[in-house]
Amino acid sequence: MASEHPRDRFGLRDAFAEAVAGVGARTGRLLLTVLGTVLGIAAVVVTVGLAQTGANRINERFDAVGARHASAEPATRDNAQGEAQVLGSLPWDAAARAERIAGVRAAATISTVDTDGATITSVPVNDPSAAPRSSPAVLATSPHLLEAVGGTLSQGRFFDSGHDERADRVVVLGVDAAARLGVTRVATLPSVFIGDEPYQVIGIMDSTERRNNLLSSVIVPDGTARADFDLSKPQAVEMLIQVGASPVLIDQLPVALAPTNPNAITVNAPGKPSSVQQDIQSDVYVVFLALGGVALLIGGVGIANVTLLSVMERAGEIGLRRALGARRRDVAAQFLIESVIVGGLGGLIGASSGVAVVAVVSLMRQWTPVLDLRMVLAAALAGAIVGLLAGLYPALRAARMEPVAALRSGL
Amino acid sequence: MSTTQASPASDKLPPHEPVPVLSLRGVSQDFPGTPVVRALRRTDLDVASGDYLAIVGPSGSGKSTLLNQLGLLDRPTAGEYRLRGVATATASEKVRTVMRARHIGFVFQSFHLMPHRSVLDNVLLATLYSGVPRAERHTRAMAALERVGLGHRTRFMPTTLSGGERQRVAIARAVVTLPDVLLADEPTGNLDSASSAAIMDLFDELHGDGLTLVVITHNSDVAARAGRRVQIIDGHLAELP
Ligand SMILES: Nc1ncnc2c1ncn2[C@@H]1O[C@H](COP(=O)(O)OP(=O)(O)OP(=O)(O)O)[C@@H](O)[C@H]1O
Ligand SMILES: [Mg+2]
Repeated sequence: MASEHPRDRFGLRDAFAEAVAGVGARTGRLLLTVLGTVLGIAAVVVTVGLAQTGANRINERFDAVGARHASAEPATRDNAQGEAQVLGSLPWDAAARAERIAGVRAAATISTVDTDGATITSVPVNDPSAAPRSSPAVLATSPHLLEAVGGTLSQGRFFDSGHDERADRVVVLGVDAAARLGVTRVATLPSVFIGDEPYQVIGIMDSTERRNNLLSSVIVPDGTARADFDLSKPQAVEMLIQVGASPVLIDQLPVALAPTNPNAITVNAPGKPSSVQQDIQSDVYVVFLALGGVALLIGGVGIANVTLLSVMERAGEIGLRRALGARRRDVAAQFLIESVIVGGLGGLIGASSGVAVVAVVSLMRQWTPVLDLRMVLAAALAGAIVGLLAGLYPALRAARMEPVAALRSGL
Repeated sequence: MSTTQASPASDKLPPHEPVPVLSLRGVSQDFPGTPVVRALRRTDLDVASGDYLAIVGPSGSGKSTLLNQLGLLDRPTAGEYRLRGVATATASEKVRTVMRARHIGFVFQSFHLMPHRSVLDNVLLATLYSGVPRAERHTRAMAALERVGLGHRTRFMPTTLSGGERQRVAIARAVVTLPDVLLADEPTGNLDSASSAAIMDLFDELHGDGLTLVVITHNSDVAARAGRRVQIIDGHLAELP
């Protein structure tokens, strides 16, 4: 006994090596053992993978429109009578101020113009007895409206700062307003009449990504609205921004627009996907994760069963190990580690299959698969934990075996 | 009560006499049941270092029960068993396990080799639990296999070996930890006479090297090789001439 090194007595390294050998000796059974875990982990990975891919697609769409537009308006507060009370106001150069902020590509003020009941027609009103027909709304904006709302013209041009400064009587018609007023061609220099005054139509706007009411409105320059209709201040600012500029905007825009009272400005800037989308996603998550959880539970029971069977079959081996000096805990550790390895393998196989399924589905739908690869490791870990839990009872049974009885059952 | 006079002899031994490796005093083992099986009855036995002891007796007489006691695989219902002078009957499980790993080597009738592990792995298994330094394990296992004449079979699987070869692997596994005592329960019970003779020759060699051997056997040739024989009948042990 010259060379007794208690530290070299059966340690974790030995237990692990024995467990690997034990699992390796029964590869045929291994596949059957891990089936449930593979299915469970695969279900979770497919779920999360498709949810992530789907979320990415929602985000892509969201980015396309929502994430690039923002607006600001004076804040409101309900007064004692329950009426909305406007707290602040926007300056006439709000659009220019907004455009000076980094990340704002274009900005335009938008206001509804009160024409004091004046009818809007394409010919002078010469029949006061005619029943007044409802007229298109009149909106006043600054020159960069098209860029700010992502609008396009089908004919003509939009007014510029010159028109604005000179308060020229020019209008751009929304495509629906133009149809209603019977204006079809800008090239013929048509006019529309607001009350008795003619306004030259210089363009027809046929689409917009924001403020759809623009298409049914008569759009005049701010300067013109101030001169002709006493518009006192702009009501809102629309902006085209760079994706991700929201935090800067929320931070700087109120100060830029109302340096003395930034709280009086409300900024509507894109943030995270809306709560509706998140709700849908989390519902999907919950359902599929629950399914995956059930599959994992079944997988765990499967591992527990086969490991228990294996313990019974290997009673002779357990007896032999005890005869050679294995303690109960050494035997327990070996079987527990075997079970963890089996669970971990199931997790890895399941995660890999799950990734493959997500990739194939994405390919068929021409999506960009989005998969956090850490999830694959997490899945393997989850499998190992399932294995650990599943192995507890069989390991206990193995440790409890009496050596003599175990030896008698042969190897 | 004829047994009352059989008081322990070793307690009165003069101090210069060597302590026996194995020493049973009044060891009994009952197995619960109806009626209770009295497999071993008030057994006294001393085995000195270097002894070669054969245990004979009819089937069911208690030979394996005795060997399990000597190997610390089972606790006696009554009595005391000292291994190298250390009382073990009521010692902790941990102490018994450590003593078993360090001082006892087992050889079984049915070899008890792990079928999915190589010959070398089977021998290495014993070194895991007995505190053989990691760095020495491989060398010691190879040496043990050389010792039993299987140095050329280390990578074989046990299932490809003959019965005699398998038992030699088991013997290599039993001696790789350099135990004080080798306990063998019918080591030739599953072997033909030629293989049996080879195993007995190996035992003679190990005995010649100073190993203490306790061998259960039904085979009178095997028993004849031992320097000392005891017989068990119905749980009672008696020395044979
Ligand atoms: N765990 C047990 N429970 C009950 N009875 C047992 C147990 N183990 C052994 N016995 C009984 O004790 C007696 C002695 O058994 P043991 O195995 O020691 O016999 P043996 O001499 O080795 O016989 P054999 O030559 O057939 O191997 C037998 O009657 C047996 O049935
Ligand atoms: Mg027996």
